Amino acid sequence: MTTLVLASGGEFVAPGVKDFFPPAIFGSVDKPMVLLVLSVLIIGTFFIAATRRLKLVPGKFQFAAESVYDLGRNSIAREQIGGKDFKPFVPLILTVFTFVLVNNLFGLIPFIQFPTLAHIGFPLAVSVLVIYPVYHYVGFKRHGFVGYLKHATMPPGAPWFVLILLIPIEFFQKFVLNPLTLAIRVFAAMFAGHLLLMVFTLAGEALLFSGGITVVVAPIAFLFAIALTFLEALIMVLQAYIFALLSANYIGAAMSEEH
Amino acid sequence: MNTLILAAAEEPINPVLPHTSEIIVGLIAFLLLFFVIKKFVSPRFETLYAERAAKIEGGIEKAEQAQAAAQRTLEEYKAQLAEARAEAARIRDDARIEGEQIISELRAKAQEESARIVAQGQTQLETQRAQIVAELRGELGRLAIDLADRVVGESLEDEVRRRGTVDRFLSELDDTAAPAVK
Repeated sequence: MTTLVLASGGEFVAPGVKDFFPPAIFGSVDKPMVLLVLSVLIIGTFFIAATRRLKLVPGKFQFAAESVYDLGRNSIAREQIGGKDFKPFVPLILTVFTFVLVNNLFGLIPFIQFPTLAHIGFPLAVSVLVIYPVYHYVGFKRHGFVGYLKHATMPPGAPWFVLILLIPIEFFQKFVLNPLTLAIRVFAAMFAGHLLLMVFTLAGEALLFSGGITVVVAPIAFLFAIALTFLEALIMVLQAYIFALLSANYIGAAMSEEH
Repeated sequence: MNTLILAAAEEPINPVLPHTSEIIVGLIAFLLLFFVIKKFVSPRFETLYAERAAKIEGGIEKAEQAQAAAQRTLEEYKAQLAEARAEAARIRDDARIEGEQIISELRAKAQEESARIVAQGQTQLETQRAQIVAELRGELGRLAIDLADRVVGESLEDEVRRRGTVDRFLSELDDTAAPAVK
C-alpha cells in the first residue's frame, strides 16, 4: 500500500471497502438498492415478454427464455430434488438463479459496473430468509418433527460411536452453516472479484497519468483488467449456478427418503 | 484497517456485517420477482410443455391409429379374398356335379327313348305284318280262284271236282303260311 502510494507519486489510493459503499442517491437509497430493483424489473419484463405468446415451435426470443427456464427446471431443480417432487420448486429455483445471475452480471455491464451481491445483506436475505425456511419447512412437513431431525442429523448405517460425533456436526451444518455459507460464497466471490477489477483498472489509470517511467507498465495493468473481466464473467455465471444448485440440493436432501 | 480509516477518513465500514435495510429490500425484491415468476412465468411454460408433450403424443397416437386401420383393412381384404376363392371353388364343384348329373340324366333319358322307339317299331311291324298276311291270304284266295278259272278255261261243271281242288289248294297254302305267321 505504502509502496504503491509512493510509486504513483503520492496520489494513488488503492480501492477498498469504501468503494463498495457509494453515497446514497436520495434518502437511504444507494446504488445497489436501485440495481436490485432494476434486476427484478429486467428479469420480470424479460420473462413476461417472452411468455406472452408462447408457441409450440419457439422463435428465437422464446427459445432463449425457454433455455433459461429449462436450465432452472431440468438441469437444477429436477436433478437435485428428484422427478416427482421438483415441480412446485421450479419457480423458486428459477428466481434464485436469474436473480443472482443478473445481479452478478451487473458487475460487468458498462456504467452499472457493480455486482449487487457484493453487499452481503442481499444474498443473506435470499439464503437465510427464503431458502433456509423453505427447505426446513418441507423437511418437517415430509418427515414430521422428530422424523426430520433424525433424517437430517443421523445418516443411516452409521455406527453409534460415529453418531456421537456426526449428530452435532450434521445439526450445526444443516441448521446454522448451510444458509450462511450459501450467502457468503457468492458475496465473497463478488466482493473479491470487483475489488480485483478495481485494483487493476484504477492502478492502470494511475500509472498512465503518473508522468514517470511507470507509464510503460500501464498497458500491462489494463491487459490484466481485461483478462480478469473474462474470468469474472465465468465466476459470476458459475456463482449463480452454484447458488441455485445448492438451494435445490438442500431442498432435495430435506425431502429425500434416504440420504 | 488503520490505513483504510486514514484513507477514507470516515466511519469504518465492515462489509461482512449486513445492513438491515438491505436485507429488507433484498427480501422484498426477491419475493416480488418470485411472485411474478410463480404467477405468470412458470404456469405459462408448464402449459406450453404439457401442450407440446400432448402434441407429440397425439401425433404418435394418430400414426398408430392409422397403422391399425391399415392393418384392419388388409386383414379384411385378405379375408374377402379367401372367401371369394372358397366361393369360386364351391361354384366350380357344384357346376361339375351338376354337369355330371345332367349328363347321366340325359343318357338315361336317351336310352329310355331309344328303347321305347325300338319297342314301338317292333309292335308296329308286327301289326303291319299281321295285316299284310291277312290281306294277302284273302287276295291269294281270290287270285287262285281266278287263276284256276283261267286254267280250266271254263267253269267247272263238276262241282265236286272244283270244291276238292280248291280245298286242297287252301290247305296247302295254310301249310306254307303257318310257319311264317308263327
